[in-house]
Amino acid sequence: MSGLLSLVLWLPVAGALVLLVVPRDRLATIRGVALATVALDFAISLGAVAVFDRAHADTMQLVERVPWIPSLGATYYLGVDGLSLPLVILTTLLTLLCVVYSWRVDMRPKEYMILFLILETGLVGVFLALDFILFYVFWEVSLVPMFFIIGIWGGPRRVYAAIKFFLYTLVGSLAMLLGILIVYFNASPRTFDIIALIHQKPLAGDLQLAVLAFWGFFLGFAIKVPMFPFHTWLPDAHVEAPTAGSVLLAAVLLKLGTYGFVRIALPLLPGAFQHVATIVAILAVISVVYGALVAMAQTDLKKLVAYSSVTHMGYVMLAVSAAASIAGRGALQGAATTALSGATVEMLAHGVITGALFFLVGVIYDYRAHTRGLGDFGGLGLRLPVYTGITMLVMLASLGLPGLMGFVAEFMIFLGAFQIYQAMTVAALVGVVITVAYFLWAIHRLFFGPLNTRWDALLDMDGREKWALIPLAALTVLIGVYPRPLVDMINLAMLNILSLLR
Amino acid sequence: MMDLRALAPELILTALGLGLLCLDMVTRAEEKRIVGWTGIAGLAAALVVTLLPSVGLFGRPRLVFFETYAVDPFAAFFKIVVILGAILVLLAALDFFRGRQTTHEGDVYVLTVFMVLGLVLMAAAADLILLFLAIEFVSLVSYVLAGSLKADRKSNEAGVKYFFYGAAASAVMLYGFSYLYGAGQTTNMYHLAQRVAAFPPGFAVVAAVLVLAGLGFKVSLVPFHQWTPDVYEGAPTPITAFLSVASKAAGFAALLRLFYVALAPEAWVAILAVLATFSMTVGNLVALSQRNIKRMLAYSSIAHAGYILIGVVALTSSLTPVGSGISAVLFYLLAYTFTNVGAFSVAIAIERTLGSDAIADYAGLSQRAPFLAIAMAVFMLSLTGVPLTALFFGKFLLFAAAIQSGLLWLAVVGILNTVVSLYYYAGVIWAMWLTAPPEGAGRVGESALSRVLLTATVAGTLVLGVYPNPVVQLVQTARLLLKL
Repeated sequence: MSGLLSLVLWLPVAGALVLLVVPRDRLATIRGVALATVALDFAISLGAVAVFDRAHADTMQLVERVPWIPSLGATYYLGVDGLSLPLVILTTLLTLLCVVYSWRVDMRPKEYMILFLILETGLVGVFLALDFILFYVFWEVSLVPMFFIIGIWGGPRRVYAAIKFFLYTLVGSLAMLLGILIVYFNASPRTFDIIALIHQKPLAGDLQLAVLAFWGFFLGFAIKVPMFPFHTWLPDAHVEAPTAGSVLLAAVLLKLGTYGFVRIALPLLPGAFQHVATIVAILAVISVVYGALVAMAQTDLKKLVAYSSVTHMGYVMLAVSAAASIAGRGALQGAATTALSGATVEMLAHGVITGALFFLVGVIYDYRAHTRGLGDFGGLGLRLPVYTGITMLVMLASLGLPGLMGFVAEFMIFLGAFQIYQAMTVAALVGVVITVAYFLWAIHRLFFGPLNTRWDALLDMDGREKWALIPLAALTVLIGVYPRPLVDMINLAMLNILSLLR
Repeated sequence: MMDLRALAPELILTALGLGLLCLDMVTRAEEKRIVGWTGIAGLAAALVVTLLPSVGLFGRPRLVFFETYAVDPFAAFFKIVVILGAILVLLAALDFFRGRQTTHEGDVYVLTVFMVLGLVLMAAAADLILLFLAIEFVSLVSYVLAGSLKADRKSNEAGVKYFFYGAAASAVMLYGFSYLYGAGQTTNMYHLAQRVAAFPPGFAVVAAVLVLAGLGFKVSLVPFHQWTPDVYEGAPTPITAFLSVASKAAGFAALLRLFYVALAPEAWVAILAVLATFSMTVGNLVALSQRNIKRMLAYSSIAHAGYILIGVVALTSSLTPVGSGISAVLFYLLAYTFTNVGAFSVAIAIERTLGSDAIADYAGLSQRAPFLAIAMAVFMLSLTGVPLTALFFGKFLLFAAAIQSGLLWLAVVGILNTVVSLYYYAGVIWAMWLTAPPEGAGRVGESALSRVLLTATVAGTLVLGVYPNPVVQLVQTARLLLKL
């Protein structure tokens, strides 16, 4: 089945090219083409799951390899394993739901849909690319459409947010480019092939240079994650972005950072990562606690969700640095595997749950109340039963209620990390407690108490919104109850990555 | 006879210039476009001829005419860049002068072709005297071109200012040449190379610094850059575009040949590395506050001269193009030609309809002129160095060369500057795409000519960004500068 991944990757661009020639006043055609493209893309990505051999999730499958720029040594090299495949599905699913949700966007809809389609290709490309130049190209390409999405369809401070987002992530990308070049020039033979470089480990003998290269990669990935203290672009970008933009930003764009840590930084520079793992873990714990505290102080629902992302991505980074800190040691391998698998499940869980949360913020803000102030609501439970039910389910999943997807991930992370970083894991648990507190408090302020009479005429979710949200809510429950197939697959991939550290 | 065939492009250019001069005299004022189109046809012929083996791109590197003139892949590559740039610029000039009242339209076409001749000579001169004559020839033509809008005070200012700065810079450079001649007893770069080792200590450094005043002026390096913003703003926009790409390219060609061939690296690497840092930093920081597109592109061009200089000082050779300094410089100059001429073409199209060069007046152009806005977005992203555009691979190769040569700090300076530059390039995109057009503003007309020009420059920018393989292979050949 060679060519399947290319199809998933390039179909959205093909759809965008079709849209380019559709006249801008043919609204129905524009929406139809966009929806057909992303739906087909999702279906094909599920087809990739069907042919993917889950028993060998530790090896790269569906590999495609064609010379691209031979004179520079760049290859068009794609592949998926148990780590990247779920993230690809997450991307295609959420893009589909974003298009469904954005059905009513009537401001420059043609450009809007084209940008989302290009964004999808960029994001899928990052997860598929196994060549550094290709990886870097997709990494940067995913920046540009998001810049326009925030800048054109965003809230009142959209221009500030868009430029800040672009500047921050460009700093990170270029630092990563330096890291890539340092690795390249120390490799023998020189290559941009990520898999070959991971097996070669060019900087294994030179810790000082390896640490330098690591900080290059670190800056690139940590800004995307985002980790404290590089997180300040996130609240601005998330709050100003249009709903679908926030969803993809939170659900997929942030994962590029953590994916980079697991796929590249950890196996490529294990010595350097191990050397600085404690520093990274401390930053992760600060992200967890600080993100939770700031989220608790928010009166704007969208900002609250945005800061909760800082906390959740902090869990992921705690787990990754815990795994890195025992790289190459015989003991505690089991703990490292658990932590790292937990990190990957958390990436998916956060994608599904926070994606849903941003949709839910959009439901109330975009076409109904036009306010996101937690203090403005109250008693919505009676007026909007479906909305209330789904929101409560998703918020409970986000705070880690057992039986839902978030719990699986967090449990694995803490189980693994505690055996390695005891004190820091305990400190991170404080963040969990605060998260429980602010989500319950938010539920209370939104749905209970007396109904604010301003909202007497508020309508419950319509069909389009249900279509966007029910799949995510169902996934949250399904994987929460029966995570095994997913976790098994991810576990295999993580075992492989950890085995490469020796 | 052999030698004359090696000079085929130069001979065509000379004949073309003289022919156009006559044609200009016999055409009526409203028919001057014929001169421009003939010029383009002639340049296209010269471009084809430059690809012949005897001209050196794929032939044997050698010196001709009593060893004063180099015929090598390096010179041939620069001839291609300069002629290609001139074709694009003449198209831009035809668009610029369309419907404009002027008395010197024909002269601009003729002088541009003569300037191409001078630039081509600069890239291949192997003798200090010939190099000086070529530079002076180019300079005199550029002064006239910069001031060619006689009714426009800013254009007059540009011409005069360019002349005074240029005259001083040339004089200092000639003084530097006299040092080299005095100590080396020869004006031939290749003979000089054998005698440099015997120079008194520090002597070559003094000569290098003096020569840099002239060449640094041509490529607008800090601290020889003060003329750039005023001349760029005042000169007719197509001429500005030509100065920013072709003049810069030939300046770098002369600088590379003189410094690589005649002078030992110890004499100049440290100086140029510092100048690169200053050019990038000053250019980018001052560009941040510019409100006029032409002044902004002027400071951006100073910054890009700094980036290119990274490739000049990255001397460590590499077998692959990744890590080779000269390859990076050549690739960058070609990529910059497409991108920067394109950006100036957009400025011409907007200047024509809005009568303004202010970036603030670009507000909402994505709705008023979608094609212009998409093209400008591509050029601005390319100037920033975002992938899938030409200058990404340019910067990639430059930074790689710096790291390969152990100049990691210079790569870091380049990267920090790239981030700074994003802010003002994004400012143009911001104005065009993220702000609303003024009330009641209609669509902006796009002429067929400007569409052709923009399609060509956008295509060049994107092709070099998506599939640069053939050009990378070409620069890998062309970096072979003749050394004896």
